[in-house]
Amino acid sequence: MEPLLTAHIAEPDAATLDFYVKHGGYEALKKALGMTPEAVVEVVKASGLRGRGGAGFPTGMKWQFVDRKSPKPKYLCCNADESEPGTFKDHVLMERNPHLMFEGCLIGCHAIGAKVAYIYIRGEFFHVQKVLEAEIDKARAAGFIGRNILGTGFDCEIYVHRGAGAYEAGEETALIESLEGKRAQPRLKPPFPATHGLYGCPSAVNNVETLCNVPLIIEHGAEWFAAIGPEKNGGPKLFCISGHVNRPGTFEASMDVSLRDLIYDPKYAGGMRGGRALKAVIPGGSSVPLLLPDQLDIPASFDGIAKAGSLLGSAGIIVMDDTTCMVWAAQNLLHFYKHESCGKCTPCREGCDWLFRILSKIENGDGQKRDIDLLLSVSNNILGKTLCAFGDAAATPVLSTIKLFQAEYEAHVREGRCTVPAPWRSGARVGAAH
Amino acid sequence: MDYGRGHHKSARGMPEEGPAFEYTPANRARLEEICARYPVDQRKSAILAAVYLVQHQQGYVTLNAIQHVAGVIGCTAAEVEEVVSFYTMFYTRPVGRYVLQVCRTLSCALMGAERVTEELSKTLGIAPGETDQQGEFTLLEVECLGACDRAPVVGVNDHWHECQKPEDANALVTSLRAKGPAALTGCYLRVEK
Ligand SMILES: Cc1cc2nc3c(=O)[nH]c(=O)nc-3n(C[C@H](O)[C@H](O)[C@H](O)COP(=O)(O)O)c2cc1C
Ligand code: SF4
Ligand code: FES
Repeated sequence: MEPLLTAHIAEPDAATLDFYVKHGGYEALKKALGMTPEAVVEVVKASGLRGRGGAGFPTGMKWQFVDRKSPKPKYLCCNADESEPGTFKDHVLMERNPHLMFEGCLIGCHAIGAKVAYIYIRGEFFHVQKVLEAEIDKARAAGFIGRNILGTGFDCEIYVHRGAGAYEAGEETALIESLEGKRAQPRLKPPFPATHGLYGCPSAVNNVETLCNVPLIIEHGAEWFAAIGPEKNGGPKLFCISGHVNRPGTFEASMDVSLRDLIYDPKYAGGMRGGRALKAVIPGGSSVPLLLPDQLDIPASFDGIAKAGSLLGSAGIIVMDDTTCMVWAAQNLLHFYKHESCGKCTPCREGCDWLFRILSKIENGDGQKRDIDLLLSVSNNILGKTLCAFGDAAATPVLSTIKLFQAEYEAHVREGRCTVPAPWRSGARVGAAH
Repeated sequence: MDYGRGHHKSARGMPEEGPAFEYTPANRARLEEICARYPVDQRKSAILAAVYLVQHQQGYVTLNAIQHVAGVIGCTAAEVEEVVSFYTMFYTRPVGRYVLQVCRTLSCALMGAERVTEELSKTLGIAPGETDQQGEFTLLEVECLGACDRAPVVGVNDHWHECQKPEDANALVTSLRAKGPAALTGCYLRVEK
């Protein structure tokens, strides 16, 4: 498949309005504004586009649920929080192809009856934010954003809202809270954002990459889009590959590409660094179960990876070679989760902290056999018992590493030390944190 | 703010009182511009931006600044304080001229981030979470910055420095001293084939 979302990203002025318009940009907006909102929603539904933020929920359906008959204003929130470890695709899209996202936002606003889209960008993407704000101003001056867009009478503004360091702000209702100027802590659902979202008004929260696909669908049609890749997993997809590979990076492919090709094909990540053996892969951002080397001959699609017992999630593929200690990997991720837990519900706030402590104890060589059972017990008391999906995400690295690498945990306990002390780790930390 | 170490979300330390605080006219005008992006009855949406402006003006956030923000936004000081204490990018203590934020999450750690922190710590003579005596550098460990293909990533104030090798930690410090932000790589800003 030829790249569609990232076709021009290597060209120096790809991010500029002039470049975008020269390459057919904002034609889809023109076309969409000639259609009724219902017709736009129908096309997106027919295309089968599934959300690229993590859950893979059908975008057309999400837009259809937005209560357009409500007398209140409607809002579109573009989720540019991108904080899932191992994920860096939205960042590339925004920095190199921002007008595609704006065009997707505008078409989305037309579809749900919104006059404002807020792009919620994580605070650490400040250099990206500057690109976005400069390009929004240019698009406004050119009549693509603002009042009476393209002379059609459609008014729509796009604003950037900067976060300030919080993974949880990526969860859709926490994002809305943060947009309202509060702590990024999620709301109890239902009610869903489609009826009670930003400022209590009907809203849709869509991921950056999701919105970037919308202009393509409007331009080329639902059938064309659905025909790219396997059934129910249509359209171009960005894969982020990081860790122990030769060519880490963002790669665009259809979802019939196999996980093995993404890791080994010279077109993509180009194989394992130094020719070492692959030990495990996290295929969808830090919060999904691990896959083993013999599980890679599967399509890297939502359904393909689910069938293998994991999830495509945010398509952040983290590759680990045989120098990686799996207890350490779990400890590293649980540091992330205990640090990022928003603290609203007890199993997650306290549980993540305990998981990290127990993992540290084992990794440092002070663990006992019963600590492994304790890890399972704490994890199972988080799983399914929290307010948002963060809890399950946090328990997963622990459960998954114990399931697949229990022997490694036991060796740590038996030998009273880390049994896989990688040379790339800090000597001071391998087993020395007593 | 505890600079990311031992952080627990139920911990809540109050910022210090600090010197008297008032926005400069330019920052005040900038804040009103930002408030105009939200519905008129939703000025609270601008709290995060308002706190960033405080930090921009004074380097860190104090109780006096929180009170001033509350007055300008039209909310309670508690509503501002809960935002300040939640988000990791708001500092409630003075930081150095360069805040080095080493990403410690998995993809960066797999590429040697622990050693980057170790080397920076040695070079600067401070532990993560600390600022040097001259107020030149603060060293922090942060979580995934969203550029994991350029691991290990070090955020430097509002810029990025990517593919930082542990053995070059010293060079980063030296060139920051000599050239300022021009020393940083931010690979994405450059086009490569
Ligand atoms: C803890 C947590 C963090 C999340 N972080 C992000 C994120 O950084 N970016 C994102 O697009 N979606 C994130 N999501 C998913 C969002 O809640 C939401 O499903 C998504 O933005 C919907 O957009 P989509 O339908 O286009 O995928 C996160 C979810 C959870 C539970
Ligand atoms: S599961 Fe964790 S992140 Fe989600 S609401 Fe509860 S404490 Fe917050
Ligand atoms: S893990 Fe360091 S940038 Fe993602």
